[in-house]
Amino acid sequence: MQKRWLAMLLVGLIVGALTAPGLAQAPIKIGVIEPLSGPVAASGNYIRMGAEIARDWINARGGVGGRKVELVIEDNKSDPKEAASAAEKLIVRDKVPAIMGAWGSSMTLAAMPKLEEYGVPMVVETSSAASITKRGNPWIFRISPPSEMEALGLEQYVDKLGVKQADFLAVNTDWGRGSVTAFGDMLKKKGAAVGAAEFMEQAATDMNAQITKIKSTNGDTLFLTTAVEQITLVLKQGQEQRLTRKVITTGGSSSPSQLIKQAGAAAEGTYHIVFFMPWFPEAMPDAKLARAFVDEWAKRGHPFEGLTEGFRGHDGIATIAEAIKVAGKDEPKAIQSALWKVSLTGVNGPIKFEKDGPAGKESGQSKPSIFIVQIKDGKVALPDFMAKK
Amino acid sequence: MDAFLQHLVNGLVLGGTYALLGIGLTLIFGLMNLVNFAHGELYTLGAYATFAAVALGGWNFFVAVAAAIVVGAVAGALCERVLLAPLRDESIDTTMLVMIGLWIALQNAELLGWGGVAKSIPHPFPTAPLTLGPVGIAPLRVFVVLTALALIGLSWLLIQKTRLGTAMRATFQDRETAALMGVKIGRIHTATFAFGSALAAAAGALLGPIFLAYPSMGDLASLKAFSVVILGGLGNLAGATLGGVLLGIAEELGAGYVSSGYRDAVGFVIIILVLLFRPSGLFARSQRIG
Repeated sequence: MQKRWLAMLLVGLIVGALTAPGLAQAPIKIGVIEPLSGPVAASGNYIRMGAEIARDWINARGGVGGRKVELVIEDNKSDPKEAASAAEKLIVRDKVPAIMGAWGSSMTLAAMPKLEEYGVPMVVETSSAASITKRGNPWIFRISPPSEMEALGLEQYVDKLGVKQADFLAVNTDWGRGSVTAFGDMLKKKGAAVGAAEFMEQAATDMNAQITKIKSTNGDTLFLTTAVEQITLVLKQGQEQRLTRKVITTGGSSSPSQLIKQAGAAAEGTYHIVFFMPWFPEAMPDAKLARAFVDEWAKRGHPFEGLTEGFRGHDGIATIAEAIKVAGKDEPKAIQSALWKVSLTGVNGPIKFEKDGPAGKESGQSKPSIFIVQIKDGKVALPDFMAKK
Repeated sequence: MDAFLQHLVNGLVLGGTYALLGIGLTLIFGLMNLVNFAHGELYTLGAYATFAAVALGGWNFFVAVAAAIVVGAVAGALCERVLLAPLRDESIDTTMLVMIGLWIALQNAELLGWGGVAKSIPHPFPTAPLTLGPVGIAPLRVFVVLTALALIGLSWLLIQKTRLGTAMRATFQDRETAALMGVKIGRIHTATFAFGSALAAAAGALLGPIFLAYPSMGDLASLKAFSVVILGGLGNLAGATLGGVLLGIAEELGAGYVSSGYRDAVGFVIIILVLLFRPSGLFARSQRIG
């Protein structure tokens, strides 16, 4: 009896194998490295959700060159060491021809040597540290703005925001430290004074010491650079200590909608640099795509507050898929050269890579759109100086 | 000077919360000779239990905190019965590995169950600070520190003054003799672990609303709890309390006057110094020999 079952199973397997699509029809694998657990897990998971939307949209349109796209997703646990081993695993074991990742600058920087070692391109969707595209790693293509670009984007509003003396509170990582330098330089150039620069560990929950220190300066503005969880805590603890400052968050990972929910009144009046405005999709460069993305996100039951992060996943995967289409094959070297040629419009806006870093070993850097929103009366609004345009 | 006073108050309040984290751990270590790596996960459990009761169940905040403490005690009792009771005669290394396993399993279960997005626990206290001259402190933090001190006091009374406490101490001093005197050893082990776990859950329930509840919140809590226990001396309840306050103030002043980037380093430098010069803890009355 048992033998007959086994025989039937074998026949079934063989028939299945014969009728399955041939090797040419095997799916195109794209590696994804995101923090799916640990202190910034929320952001990483939103990006995964956005990447899945991009994958499903591409596959619904018939895939790339007739082949379906498959995501191989690895968790970097919000830890640079894990990011490096995740990159190695994706390249060596899963044989992915391209990767999107790795959220945090420290995680991306840790994964970068692996890209060079094995020659596999990575589209960087979130990281802001300048050093990423300045290190001379020709396998890096960044679609998120480095802090310098963000600071430049804010420059025109410095006077309207009334920034005279600024203090900084940033997460103690490559991103946070890089951001303090970039915004500090921009402000000094604009004639504003720069006061205290304080840092906090990524997992820290009590920021009272830093807030007390900042309170003792005469600043009028606090630049806050970290992920939404810590922004929530800083705003709440700032309110407890009666810190009355204009607050501007940088890096685009502030998720204003989540802040309204979790920090409540403490978030009132704060300004946020974002790279996607799901509240006003019609104001985005490609209004139709932005609207479709917001609708699809809602249809899948994903939380609205994740959209400001989730679009990065979409844009990253869309960029890689476009490069594979241009290259005509899913081979790392071909994708790398094709990335220089891609020109597409993502949810954020146009994506096109320009050379950045030491000559001969340049990385690709796109010039993303940058927006500023404000939390007013418990809602996300365009700041007065932008709405009146 | 104003800033200094504020730093001092911040440090005291933070230290109170560290002390609460440390006493549960030091209790289990001191009485059961067990390194409880899952301590932070029971802390997380307390926070999520409070969140579930208040935000999802619509319970009163104070009832929810009490319920979270009961949940912690029950979870602790279960852990002891299922995982630790069969290993009672094994070495400290074996139980330590089991607790590390439990830590990883629980943390991933929390991630699976609650998702990675941090949860904010609603509380009934006003957000406007109580001010005394230049110093401000949030009412919720005052409540947390007072409750923490009350819990520490109650724990001391339970261990020193009750029959159960006497039986606990007797069991862990000399199991055979205690058994001969009629102490039910198995029950004492369960009760002790449940008690320590309840204290961890209490810390989670109280600190959850100040901070946020998320699956990996227990890691930092564990780290601080171990630091406090090392500072205070293993198994020393008063030591853990003072150690907590000391660590809180050291971190706060370190961040305020040295560099906020090295805030955690200040705490660990102190721990290294303590281990070098007073290895059995700052507040150890005498060196144990043998």
